[in-house]
Amino acid sequence: MSERYIKEKGAAGFFKNLFRHQIFIPIAALLLLAIFNLIVDPSFFKITLGYSSDGFPVLSGNLMTIIDYGSELAILAIGMTLVTAASGGQDISVGAAIAISGSVVLRVLCGTDSRPEVLQAPIIVAFLVSCVVAMLFGAFNGTLVAYFKIQPMVATLILFTAGRSIAAWINNNELPIVSDKTFTYFGGFIPGVPIPTPFFIALICMAVIALALKFTNLGLYVQSVGINEKSSRLNGLNPQMIKFITYVILGLCVAVAAFIKVSRLSSINYSVIAKDIEMDAILAVALGGNALSGGKFNMTASILGAYVIQFLTTTLYKMEVQSAALSAYKAIVVIVLVVLSAPVVREKLSSLWKKITGGKTAKTQA
Amino acid sequence: MSFSNKLRNRIGNMTDTNLLTSITIVVFFVMYLGAILFLGEGFLKPQTFFNILNANAALIILSCGMSLVMITGGIDISVGGVTALVCMCCAVFLDHYNGNVIGAILISIGIGLAFGLIQGYLISYLEIQPFIVTLAGMFFARGMTTIVNTNPFNVVNEQFVALKETRIIVPFMGYVNKAGNYVNAYIEIGVVVALLIVAVLFFVLKWTKTGRNFYAVGGNRQSALMLGVNVKRTTFISYLLCGLLAGIGGFVYFMHVGSGSASHASGAEMNAIASSIIGGTMLTGGVGNIIGTLFGVMSLALIQNIVSSVGLDQAWWTGITIAAMLCLFLVIQSIVMSRKSKSPASAEDTAAVSKKE
Repeated sequence: MSERYIKEKGAAGFFKNLFRHQIFIPIAALLLLAIFNLIVDPSFFKITLGYSSDGFPVLSGNLMTIIDYGSELAILAIGMTLVTAASGGQDISVGAAIAISGSVVLRVLCGTDSRPEVLQAPIIVAFLVSCVVAMLFGAFNGTLVAYFKIQPMVATLILFTAGRSIAAWINNNELPIVSDKTFTYFGGFIPGVPIPTPFFIALICMAVIALALKFTNLGLYVQSVGINEKSSRLNGLNPQMIKFITYVILGLCVAVAAFIKVSRLSSINYSVIAKDIEMDAILAVALGGNALSGGKFNMTASILGAYVIQFLTTTLYKMEVQSAALSAYKAIVVIVLVVLSAPVVREKLSSLWKKITGGKTAKTQA
Repeated sequence: MSFSNKLRNRIGNMTDTNLLTSITIVVFFVMYLGAILFLGEGFLKPQTFFNILNANAALIILSCGMSLVMITGGIDISVGGVTALVCMCCAVFLDHYNGNVIGAILISIGIGLAFGLIQGYLISYLEIQPFIVTLAGMFFARGMTTIVNTNPFNVVNEQFVALKETRIIVPFMGYVNKAGNYVNAYIEIGVVVALLIVAVLFFVLKWTKTGRNFYAVGGNRQSALMLGVNVKRTTFISYLLCGLLAGIGGFVYFMHVGSGSASHASGAEMNAIASSIIGGTMLTGGVGNIIGTLFGVMSLALIQNIVSSVGLDQAWWTGITIAAMLCLFLVIQSIVMSRKSKSPASAEDTAAVSKKE
């Protein structure tokens, strides 16, 4: 965003540029939360080195919880950012798709028996199958949005309503339990590594998307389709294809997140798994300062936004808020953030600022 | 041939709103006829039809509010949360504070108006995306419900129970049961409220200035602004009305279930959106009809009834059938719209565009 304005010199200019930068919103939110926690209870940031039940070293503490549980959200935020940017709408079916994909993982691992002694298939096969299934459902959403031109929220409403039912149907409504130890590594800790594995998985995803954005035209194409579909078609792009691809990518992200989710529990609960995660993922994108109506996006800001949401959740849990009442507090925080970042409010605030400083900075507006 | 041509002409000349609404109404009656033919006598009883109405009166009211907002080009996903909050607040007021029913009604309208006011202001005057505002509204309402009271409980307030048990008997629609007694057909008070609201909104949307403004703003904000419509105020009014209707719908829901619980009306927002869409309202705005919405709700309820009476009563079938129906209607809408845009009236535009390419 900052290149649209003339860069300003000096300390005041530095702050002005900072405010305009998109990543400012999540960082400011993160700092606010951190300061709040520091004042209320400094022990929030304590990280302790403990030992797991198997005798391996394990780091624990609130910060570890945040990077652990924020990982699925960050992975989803990657896909959601692309979908939002290209199609100008959000996929509200990710929670339901996670249930489906997780159900598929367990189905492949357990076969027909719901409590097998040994795994019926290698873990990697189960993961790949769930990837394919999740991408197929992504493709279904993508087809509705790109080729039938249905608004994304409505198109994904279909899977949102049906998803958890399909997930229950895949396993005949049984709740399979995987007893294999290695399966729990992906949602917990690899023996000898004190940092939770989901964080590494999230890092790998971030690296992949960073490379993809750097070395391919994905980012450019997605943004141009989001900004103006007609003119990007006149420039030789295929907007429908690009929208479709973003939904398939989101499907892949969903599969990875679902794999972590089921690995945490070694089981699944169809109506509870990843509940409300679609809301959190959309909030992560919004908190990253990305326009929910499509167009330009900033991937780093979205991922940071995801961790900020998790930070907020952990903070609220720390303050002994009931998990069901959590959403009320989250809503207030979100409304405050969104109101402060609304262009109308920002304009009013900056004109107020100008009045206070005596209109000195007025001439620097290009 | 001449008949099919005439039909095609008629369909071609129809407005989007009427075309989509008539598709829904036809589908509803075809489904009902199919149900009577293949599933037997149960569906022939008027009471089956009235039961569908009784169970879905609240959803009809919520969907009406949703349609208003969707016609204006927005969306409100907080209605389910508001319903749950209204139920819980009324239940607590009636039982823990020994309140009276009039007070409870005022509370529900007040909650609805408060949500409508705040969300409407944020969306129309501060220009924040409706999705994110109402999402936060939903979160807030659901969370507040648990804060007001954690455990679900049944209301025992006498005055309220009397109101809840009131049945309005529909003359000449009863049936003779196996014992040979005549059983009257009945509807609940909520149904009357819902039908009244449908009638009033139909009138407002069709013949008042405010109603026409909703369509103008939803169809094209820019042109509406050029024509002197107060776009911001119109948007604001639509959200205000939606909030108000969510409050009333919440009370009707409360009258039907008679208890307060944080899990009440879960997924109601999605059902309301689905009903509106099936009823021919488009999320892009400018197209929609309250009568269509009414039939949208009825179709949704009917298909659930059919699915459970066919014997597919496992919980997941309901979700899958609703989704399948929504999918079908969305694809029909999409196809109808793209065919219409290819009709001769707009052929010149298309030609102009293709020439530019």
